[in-house]
Formats: sequence, C-alpha cells, structure tokens
Amino acid sequence: MSSTGDASGLAVHTEGLTKRFGQQVAVDAIGMAVPRGAVYGFLGPNGSGKTTTIRMLLGLVEPSSGSRSLLGLPLPSGAGQALPRVGSLVEGPAFHPYLSGRSNLARLDAADPLADPRTAAGRIDAALDRVGLRAAAKKRYRAYSLGMRQRLAIAAALLAPRDLLVLDEPTNGLDPQGTREVRSLIGSLAAEGITVLVSSHLLAEVEQICSHLGVMREGRLVAQGTVAEVRGAGPMLVRVQTRQPEAAAAVLRELGVTQVVTTVGEVHGTPGDLEPEKIVSALVYAGVGVQGFTVAVTSLEDLFVSLTGEGFDVSG
Amino acid sequence: MSAVEVGSGTAVDAGVGAGSAIRPRRRWSTRFLRSELRLIAGRRRNQMGLLVLAAVPIIMAIAVKVSTPGPGEGPNFLSSITSNGLFVPLAALGVEIAMFLPLAMSMLSGDAVAGEANLGTLRYLLTVPVSRTRLLAVKYVSLCIGALWGVTAVALPGAVIGIALFGTGDLTTLSGSQISFGVAVWRVVLVMLYLAAGLAGLAAVGLFISTLTEQPIAASIALLIFTILSWILDSVPQLSWLHPWLIVHEWMSFGDLLRDPIAWANVLRGLFVDGVYALVFWLAAWARFSSKDITS
Repeated sequence: MSSTGDASGLAVHTEGLTKRFGQQVAVDAIGMAVPRGAVYGFLGPNGSGKTTTIRMLLGLVEPSSGSRSLLGLPLPSGAGQALPRVGSLVEGPAFHPYLSGRSNLARLDAADPLADPRTAAGRIDAALDRVGLRAAAKKRYRAYSLGMRQRLAIAAALLAPRDLLVLDEPTNGLDPQGTREVRSLIGSLAAEGITVLVSSHLLAEVEQICSHLGVMREGRLVAQGTVAEVRGAGPMLVRVQTRQPEAAAAVLRELGVTQVVTTVGEVHGTPGDLEPEKIVSALVYAGVGVQGFTVAVTSLEDLFVSLTGEGFDVSG
Repeated sequence: MSAVEVGSGTAVDAGVGAGSAIRPRRRWSTRFLRSELRLIAGRRRNQMGLLVLAAVPIIMAIAVKVSTPGPGEGPNFLSSITSNGLFVPLAALGVEIAMFLPLAMSMLSGDAVAGEANLGTLRYLLTVPVSRTRLLAVKYVSLCIGALWGVTAVALPGAVIGIALFGTGDLTTLSGSQISFGVAVWRVVLVMLYLAAGLAGLAAVGLFISTLTEQPIAASIALLIFTILSWILDSVPQLSWLHPWLIVHEWMSFGDLLRDPIAWANVLRGLFVDGVYALVFWLAAWARFSSKDITS
C-alpha cells in the first residue's frame, strides 16, 4: 500500500498493534509505517485511537498484542535508546504551574540522563526562541495562555537533538496565526531531516505540510501511504458538459466508465483506471459535441469524511 | 540509596541506528535528584508546612519558660530537666512524630507520583525518558531527604530557642544520670536520624499509595489514615501480637537513645521494622508502577 521499503528505513513501525481497555478495543491491529524523513499526518476523529496509539509508541501504555519499533529499535527493550531521540507532545501540555516556563524546561532537562548540564542553559534558550517564548520564559506557567502552554510543550520536545518528533494535536488551542507558525515550524524541522508524526482531527491543519497520511477510524488504520497514494484510493470523477448527454453517457458506458449519471447538459462518472484523454478522443470520434470536460480528484476533505464518517460524533 | 542514579548502560551500541541525535550516555548524575529536591523545597505549601513544624518547639519552649518556677521553688526534677535547652527539641520531636511529621510525609508522598500524574507531568518525565525504576528511586530518595528536613525543621529551631532560654547545662538522661552538653548534642542527632528512618519507612508506604491513584490528596489522606490506624492498633492490648510489626510501635523508643548507656534493643528492632517497610513497600510500588499504563 505504501512505499515502505525495509523495516530499518522506518522511523515508526507497528504490526498488529492492539490495545484493549477491558472489553473495549481502543486500537485494533494497526500496522503503521512512517518512513524516515516523512511528515506523517495521523488523522482521525476524536476518540478514534490516535492518542492511545501514540502512548503505545512512546512506551506509556503497554499494547495488548502486536509489536512496535521506533527508529528501528523494538519496544519496550529499545526504549532507553530510542526515546532520547524522540521528542513528543502527548495530549496537550502539562507542566508544574508554580514554576516558570524556563524552570519547567530545566526540570525536564535535568531528568534526561543523556543531557549535558553544561549546555543546558543554551539549549533551553534555543528551544524557547524556536517557539517564540523567550520573552515570557520567566513567567510562571500558570500565567500562560493556552497558546503559550502549547508552545512550551513544543519547546520541551525540542530540548535535545531529535530524529523523530511525535506531536499529538500540536495546534490545539492556538489562534490561526499560531497554527500557521506551528505549521511552518514543522516544515522547517522536516527540512532538517527530522521525521515528524503529527496527529490531528482537523485535516485542514496538516494537509499542506504532510508527505504521508494515516487515517484512523474506530481504532483501525483505514488508509495509509503517501498523500498521493491515499488520494488515489479515493474515486476520480469525470464531468462532460454537452448538449447530447444521452449520447455522451452511452460512449462513457461503452468505455467502461462506471456510475454514469446524466443530468441536464452534463454527464459524470467514475473512470477507474481509464485515462481521461481516451475519453475525450472517444467522445469526439463518436461525434458528441463537448462543451467542457473536467477531471476532478476527490478532495482530501471529501476523502477524509468518506474514510472516517460524517459529523461530529465521537466514534468508539 | 546512593547508587540510584547510575546510568543503566555503558556506551551506546554503535551498530544501532545512524541517526544524528544519538548522544553519549553520561554515567553519573544527581541532577534529577537535585531538581526533585528543588521542586519540593520551592513549593509554597511545603515551606508553610516546615514553618508549622518549627512553630511547635518554639511555642513549647516559651510555655515552659513562662510557667517554670524560679530556682529552688519548684520540684527538683523539673529544674534539672530545664537546665539544658536540648530538652526542647526532644520534647517537640516526641509530640510531632505522632501526627505532624507523618502528615508532612503524607503531603510529600502524595505529590511524588500521584501529583505528577494529576498534573500530567508524569507522561513527559517518562518520555524524556526517565526509566520507571529510576523515577521511583529518585522520588523515594527525595522523600527520605524530605523526612530529614522535617525532623530538622523541628529539632534545629527547638535547639536554638531551647539553648537561648535554658542554657547549655548538663542533660539529665532518662536513667537519671547527667551527660555533658557535647554528648547530649550527639544524642539529639541520633534521635533525629532514628525518627527520620521511621518516616522514611512510612514514605515507602506513601510512595506505593501514590502509584495507585492520580489524586494527590487521596494519596495523602490514605497515608494519614494508615498512620492513625497504626497508632490505634498499637494502643489495643488485645492485638499485642501485631504490635511488633506496626511501623509506629517502636517510634517512641527514641527515648532509649537518651538512656545512659543507650539501650539499643528496641531502637534496633525499630530500625529493622522501618527497613522491612521501606523494602516491601518500595518493591510493591515498583511492581505496580513498572507495568502500569500511564493514561493520565
């Protein structure tokens, strides 16, 4: 389904990863493949199992069955080697409210057995700079706005050099300006060669920056691959504007176009593997006057809805 | 407890991964422990708690000073006790070990794991990553140091005001003999260490409870109930078979350290029980925490 290559080329790889909480299956046998260097959009409605999956990837939750590996190292045995190279943001920011933003980062850095205390101050400043929080570094965390909290959490993920960033809903609570900044930050991190796994329930937030997509629905990974591959999984549509819709419909059916629908002045259908050029030439050859011809790729939005279901209902 | 922060491995295996972010493993660091202690010490509530602990000996010293009859007027034993100010920290420790010091440990141990889970900071510590064993070890060592701070917060102000008000004469031991001020200071230090050891045993129970919930208040109250229940059971004569295994049973034996010579039997028995509690409950905390799904 996707250009996975061998397993060692994957930053994140799971096979049959499953988590049950009591009777409920939160994550159902998912096989995730995030190639190194990719920006992987992990999509799905709230409650579809994204966060549980991310918790399993980070070793916070033990899977009921299945295997997972990070940066080529199997978990849980390789966690001690893999996790220092992974920065994460899981289910929103969480810091000590009575410490300043800077002190909170210093605490996380102190907890890291691999962090060099001599470079701590510089790294903390750099991380704060990167998210534009340097000016508010000395404020207590409790005085931070939701957007500042979110930025601090991203700064924490950037405290040490990383090979992989796992960002769960990184734009939650950010205003449009902040959302754009996070998006460009992710873009620049990806440009440095860092693999990014970014989850969202809002397609629009991630579709511009992702190279790969994985779509969750009710605990299952219902689609995965490069953006083009996932788009390709959706049906293509051809529309023919003509004064002779019946004749056009006949030609289309003859060519093997399915779901042909005739309306006033227009015919549309699903061409499958058929090349659009052949349809046009066949129409012209049959003497059908073509006023207009469009090939519509299903929008990612439509696709997302078709994969995950409509509406605001929380699945699962 | 000194080996808790030893890094768990040697050099990073060169064969695994070729990523840019591999950092050399540092062998020894007390950074996390120091950060933990700063967190405890910096918290306003804990500072207030220390003030309350310190207030008790001060109140006691002033009350005794005000009510003590002048020389030659009162009963002989009272004036012999009050000839050395160190009776103040000892009496204050005796009063506070029953409830105030265990309450302080309840607050700290509630914060230890349940507090981090409640804030959500636990998941970020674990993904740093801090191994769960290391996290529990650092948390426990910091609780033990917290216990020392607690007894010091009682004994040090107590000693200062005691000496200021009553002087540095000979200390009358519980055996009736007199020991010099210099020897008495060491006896007070022994009492402090003995009581801190008892609180450290209790802290292991608190750490275990702290891994069971995400509500720090619930964990604190549970440990307080555990302490009160222990005192109640210890006072029921029909349960005398249980008494040697109650953590609080030998706490009051700290008085044996004020005999001349020191009567070690009950003190050693008390230290043994403290150690058993520390070991059993730390392992229980580990067993619980190392396999727990962190969903907070």
